[in-house]
Amino acid sequence: MKLNVKIYRYKPGSEPHYDTFPVEVPDTANVLDAVERAWADHDQSLMFRHACHHASCGSCGLRVNGVEKLPCVTPVTDYGPGATLTIEPMRNFPVITDLAIDAGPIYERMELAGMPIIRAAESIRPDGQFVLPDDVPAFHRFENCLECGLCLSACPSMATDPAFLGPMALAAAERVLAESDGAEAERIYQLIDDEHGLWRCHSSFECTAACPYEVDPGAAIMRLKGKVAARKIRRLFGG
Amino acid sequence: MATDVRPKPVERKPLEWFNLRGKRVGFWAYVVMRLSAIGLVLYLFLHLVILIQLAQGPAAWDGFVALAKSPAFLLLDVVLIVGILAHGLNGIRLGLIGFGIGVPRQKVMLWVFLVLAIAFSILSALAIFSEPH
Repeated sequence: MKLNVKIYRYKPGSEPHYDTFPVEVPDTANVLDAVERAWADHDQSLMFRHACHHASCGSCGLRVNGVEKLPCVTPVTDYGPGATLTIEPMRNFPVITDLAIDAGPIYERMELAGMPIIRAAESIRPDGQFVLPDDVPAFHRFENCLECGLCLSACPSMATDPAFLGPMALAAAERVLAESDGAEAERIYQLIDDEHGLWRCHSSFECTAACPYEVDPGAAIMRLKGKVAARKIRRLFGG
Repeated sequence: MATDVRPKPVERKPLEWFNLRGKRVGFWAYVVMRLSAIGLVLYLFLHLVILIQLAQGPAAWDGFVALAKSPAFLLLDVVLIVGILAHGLNGIRLGLIGFGIGVPRQKVMLWVFLVLAIAFSILSALAIFSEPH
């Protein structure tokens, strides 16, 4: 399939602009393949983040025609032969160069939320017991969130408040609260019950629409709002 | 010689609220909520300014009443009702889901309230323009 990729270009010290490259890829290709084709055939100074090519690492997130996508699993057939795909870096992140953003804000926020992506697993046995193999120090459960940052790019509140915790970390905080109590829960409540936390979300649900793994951060934030509001009301009456 | 390798900082502009490129229905509701809020606040001030005319005697008030019966002014009444319905009904939706109520059905709720807002707006417009003025 022949198509054109119109790619956002930025090199420090120069003005941003767009370069359009004609590429030819198989019908089975994904958008990331088309970007790689542009790099290989036209301009090897083109910079973009990518690693696994199968929606596992979350590093290649960008915008295709203005919409947040993981290009490694976005088929070129979604756009049709001869189409021009406008490829831009994610919104709300500093751009290092071209399509490569500084992903630091993703990890800073997840760390604040307690980084619950990998945690000790519960037993799924009714008696609560499980036996670890000799060479496995602990079981870990991997949550769905890829830490791709697409939700942070899609969120309109992120566009106006650089200190906003953002949908990903708030969804993570909900997960932590579900399993924590005591000091850790109190720390999470203080983190989210803040003008740059929970209350900065204005329920556009763009995060949920952008999420490639159905984490549904928007719903998690709404559940958190309900939980925090109920807690405040209980405290108002001495609970 | 030092090379400039600083990342391009994030451009945060309030106008991003109104950048609809690549956005979906939830964002449209978000934008309508903001625009209608600004409109309703402006209307409140306009309303107070108009009420001041009451203190300026019957002639000033009668002059305003004549203006208020003009088709252009009646159209503004319809716009006001559309704004109140859009803001109020979506506000109910946001209040409910903000308490964790009906979150999985939030999009259905949006469409239902949108249909209600359109239906009541049409009924209001018919009522306003069918009244003898």
